[in-house]
Order: sequence, then structure tokens, then C-alpha cells
Amino acid sequence: MKSENRIRLNAQNISDNEYFFGHKACAGCAGSLAVRLALKVLGERTFTALPAGCMSAVGFIYPQMAFAINAMISTFPGTASLLSGMKAGLKKLGKEDVNIVGFAGDGGTADIGIQALSGAIDRRDRVIYICYDNEAYMNTGIQKSGLTPFGTKTTTTPAGKNIRGCLTHKKNMFEIVAAHDIEYAATASVGYPEDFMNKVQKAAEASTTSYIHVLAPCPTGWGTPTETAVEIAKDAVDCGLWFLAEYEEGEFKLNRVPKEFSSVKNYLFQQSRFKHLTEDDIIEIERFRDKKWDRMKSKWLNEK
Amino acid sequence: MIKPTLRNYKRPVYITDYPTGPNCESGHLVDKNSGWRTFRPTINLDLCKGCLRCYLLCPDGVIFKSNSKVDVDYDFCKGCGICAHECKFKAITMTKEDKE
Repeated sequence: MKSENRIRLNAQNISDNEYFFGHKACAGCAGSLAVRLALKVLGERTFTALPAGCMSAVGFIYPQMAFAINAMISTFPGTASLLSGMKAGLKKLGKEDVNIVGFAGDGGTADIGIQALSGAIDRRDRVIYICYDNEAYMNTGIQKSGLTPFGTKTTTTPAGKNIRGCLTHKKNMFEIVAAHDIEYAATASVGYPEDFMNKVQKAAEASTTSYIHVLAPCPTGWGTPTETAVEIAKDAVDCGLWFLAEYEEGEFKLNRVPKEFSSVKNYLFQQSRFKHLTEDDIIEIERFRDKKWDRMKSKWLNEK
Repeated sequence: MIKPTLRNYKRPVYITDYPTGPNCESGHLVDKNSGWRTFRPTINLDLCKGCLRCYLLCPDGVIFKSNSKVDVDYDFCKGCGICAHECKFKAITMTKEDKE
């Protein structure tokens, strides 16, 4: 990795080019922001594949094509296998100095596409896989996915008298990917955009597969005002329900360890999908958070 | 600057006018998004410090650099208000669009 001479990316020095523009995503969509920023980092010589999901639904509305680069829609389970195929095709055409990137949602990654992703990492294909995690199947009308957090109200996990929303916690996708001994994996949040962009840049420098999991709030599915997506994505990290970490050369690294978590209740009650939660539910969410952080801190922090 | 642009496009009339496979090039736009907007961001250039935070965080990429500060492409702004909400200098205000 060329880490020594890497320039930290920020708003001042990223490319002016817009590779994802004029799309039909809902106003205030953080998923489209994640795609836009990632493509700004990766540049013109990038090929991208997107499965059935929000970003393909909003980017390819005939006769519109909101991507300024080569982009195509994959099958729902086949994002990563299509990336492998694109890699092989481009190699045959003699195009090696390109980036190949896939953008799949949380359902397309943690549920439907996990087998193809596992296969691509196993083959060590030089592709970048970015999961924009909006914590449910938003495009089809907010159904629970494997990455929907505990207590979330979705159309398939309604909040009623007996059951208050989603019964399971988020699947640990980052560590599942890292367990493949992948070259580079990271978690990010659109609330920390510079951190995300620099992780994309790092992923592009990997010589085999890399994976980035970016939290991208969905105003439509989360029940939040359109202007708050970035703030809420930052809040999620600050209250400890999401984390910024990297897996590189076999080692985990926590990029941000909050000295004190901000209020979980405040984070949850900004969103209508959590409005029904009781004090006990919030205690359960905090307990789960603390358990996860204790484990991450004891295993991933190298006190030197 | 590379960016998807609006093109002249002849809408198909008969079913036979439709292509049988992909036929548009990258960055082929035929519609604006301005009709989605109910609130309009206005940038007060006296308060703007050119920090580019709004440019960085716009999900639609409609804020662009202009004379060391920023400007808005109103053809594609959906009026989500992230720019105004995130501006540390309160240089962007959202005002209700006048109904025509």
C-alpha cells in the first residue's frame, strides 16, 4: 500500500467532476451521497455495477443515465460476481489501470448477495465492494433486512402490542467480511464524509478485494426530515450504535473511540421508526452497544 | 468538467420506436429535478466563508464551486435542505417556492 505519500482528501481537493448527478433519489438521500462521494474519489476510469436496489432504481430510469461513467445493473444476488466478470473482461481488453466498484444496499449485501461477495473475496479479485447501509429494503417499501437494528419498525416488523419492531440485532457484516482475511475492509458513515472518502481511496489502492460498509440514513424509511441525514449519520457514530473501523493486514483498528457516548435515546427518538420503543427497549439497545464496544476495545485496541 | 448533462431527446411515440437494448450513453439526462422542490436554498455570499461543506454534502451534487465560494444548480436541486442545515455560518436559507 502506498500509504506514505497519500494525500488526505477533503472538500477542497476532491475532483469537481460529478459522476452521479441528475438521479431520482428521494430528497436528502444519504445513499446517493455515498455513491457520489465514492465516485468522485475513484474518478473517470471507473466501472460500476449496482444490483436491484435504490441506487439502480434512481440512476437508470430510461432514457436517463445519471452515471457519467460506465455503469450497469447486476442481478440482485450477483453484484460481486458481476464485478469479477467485469474485472476479467477488462483484463482481456488490456484495461488494468481502472477501478471496478459495486454499490449494493444492506439487503443486497448481507442477505441476498452475501454468497457472491464471499466468492469474490475468496478469488482475491481486485474489485471494490461498497455496501451503503440504510438498514432495510428501502426501495421496495421498507422491509427488514439482516442489517436492520433491534426495535426498528419496518413493514415486515411492525410495532404493535405484542412485538415492538425488529427482534434481531444488526448482522455483523464487517467482521464477516474481515473473517475472509480480505486485504482491506472498513466501516464508515456519511456523517464523517472525509473519513469515508479516504477509506475509498485506500480501498482503490488495494491489490485484491476491498470492502467498505457505509452507514447511509434514509429519510423516507427512517422517518426523519430530509435535511438531517448527515447529522443523524454522525449521531449514530457518536452514540456508539455505529462505529468507524478498519481491517488491514490482518489487524482490526478502531478509528474513533468516543470518550463518552452521546444519548442513544436522542438518536433513536429523532426517527419515527423508533418512536414506539419503551425504556426497557432502550436499555436493551444500550446493553447490546456496551457489550459490542467492550469486545471491540479489548480485541482491537492495541495499547502500546 | 465531467458531469451528466441534459440532452435533446425525441420521445418514442410507437412501440417500434423503442430500442431493443441499451442505447443511451453515460450521463444521458432528459429531465430536470427542479419540479420536486418546495423549498429553495439561497446562499448569502456575505456570510459564506467558502468552506465547501455544502458542496461536499449535497446528495445531488448541485452545489458547485464559483469564485472561491459556491452556487446552486437550481435545475437539479430537490430542496432537501442538507446544505442549509449543515452550514456552520448560517449562510444558506430555505424559502418556500412560490406557486405559479
